[in-house]
Amino acid sequence: MLETLRHSVVSTLAGAGDASLFAGRALVAAFRPPFELKETARQIYEIGWRSLPLITASGFAVGVVLSMHTRASLERFGAEALIPAGLALALVRETGPLVTGLLISGRVGAGVGAELGAMKVTEQIDALEAVAVDSFKFLVVTRMVACMVAMPILTAVMNFTGIVGGWVAEAPISGMDFPVYFRTAFSSIQFTDYIPSALKTVVFGFIISITAAYLGVNTRGGTQGVGYAATRAVVVASILMIVANVVLVRLIFFIFPEAAG
Amino acid sequence: MTDGTPAIRLEHVSKAFGSFRVLDDVSLAIPRGEATVVLGRSGTGKSVMLKHVVGLLQPDAGRVFVGETDITALPPAALSKVRRQVGFLFQNAALFDSITVGENVAFPMRRHGDWPEQTVRERVAGKLAAVGLEHATDLMPSALSGGMRKRAGLARAMALDPMVLLVDEPSAGLDPVTSDEIDALLVRVKEERGTTLIVVTHNIPSARRIGDTLLFLHQGRVLARGTAAELERSEHPLVRQFMRSEAGG
Repeated sequence: MLETLRHSVVSTLAGAGDASLFAGRALVAAFRPPFELKETARQIYEIGWRSLPLITASGFAVGVVLSMHTRASLERFGAEALIPAGLALALVRETGPLVTGLLISGRVGAGVGAELGAMKVTEQIDALEAVAVDSFKFLVVTRMVACMVAMPILTAVMNFTGIVGGWVAEAPISGMDFPVYFRTAFSSIQFTDYIPSALKTVVFGFIISITAAYLGVNTRGGTQGVGYAATRAVVVASILMIVANVVLVRLIFFIFPEAAG
Repeated sequence: MTDGTPAIRLEHVSKAFGSFRVLDDVSLAIPRGEATVVLGRSGTGKSVMLKHVVGLLQPDAGRVFVGETDITALPPAALSKVRRQVGFLFQNAALFDSITVGENVAFPMRRHGDWPEQTVRERVAGKLAAVGLEHATDLMPSALSGGMRKRAGLARAMALDPMVLLVDEPSAGLDPVTSDEIDALLVRVKEERGTTLIVVTHNIPSARRIGDTLLFLHQGRVLARGTAAELERSEHPLVRQFMRSEAGG
């Protein structure tokens, strides 16, 4: 029993160490030529553009639900006028980045894990190397950069559609026009709310892409291994992201004390 | 690379995965312009040996030369240059399944060639015509049969007109007629272009058709080397048995 536990802890730590080296290597490689711009652009399209319907629909739904909850709470104190601002603050600071991260972790994390896993077991990664292409740069670094670029943009879309959703839920009750709602929503948001939130999503993008790529390129055991890599990519990336979120919020409050206000 | 230098040379190469030693002090030289067929039972290190030749695996001990270049200690950029001289047809072709057959063949050309796009298209058409797949340019790899995939893989492996072509199990999973066609293609590549071939196979008729020299690997070592006729008369019963495709022993 103790031996099993010891083995489990040692292998987990070894895996974490290996993944950390993998992540470090990817960060260093991102700044060294060749930059694989064409493939990076293709990945931005795959990861970013093709996630837009999911993010737009989810953002709208989240906005509607948040607005309904916010109204239910603020109504008790006669503070309905604060609904747009409360919703926008919640979206921009926390809900937008985290929900976008979790959604992208599900869509992109699973996709990258499965794609690279399938490429590994069908020797396509070896084939890339055999045609003198640096497979690490071509497959891992491009996806990492694309995910880090796409995440803040997708989060902004999530925030905007969330506010639209909030207005759609609120308009029939309060009769507020969209421009007024929009102005009120953003009146309470400062520059220091946007920047830490955007930086946080860049870190989320890094976590999602590196976790999925690491598990993908280390896939073993045929099609079963591919499925395992895809599932683990989502689970591990989601957990890491939620844990990182706690650390990042503390860090943001430390660096931008006004963001805690 | 100078004339007389073997195209490929392995010097005391050993490789183990965990406690399983796959290659055990293997030394051999592959003459340029010839077809060398590597035979042996499953798990004797044939594919592992091929992957060492193109630097996909690093030996635990020993050195691998492509021409006069020792590739075991090369930095990535230099290894990349060497790899452009070596084509690799993988066992399952390993076509990139997110792009078309034509794009697969064009991939190495666009990466490493200095050709205008029109020339790339013409070269792709030429390579695909050479393997009888001129009609498959716009097909996705998933739409191809096993034999077509092998031929498309061969076209991609030949994209940069490599000096050496490594072929892993060209007959695996193919019917005898398609297998014959692939063998004929390989022989034609060798004869028309002077390409050095290293072919791993279990298929004895295929080995006879392709190979100028046959190597027999057993337990990570070269047990026998010679022409098909010489291996049939080998002093090793295992080699004779393998050449006669007999079971047991």
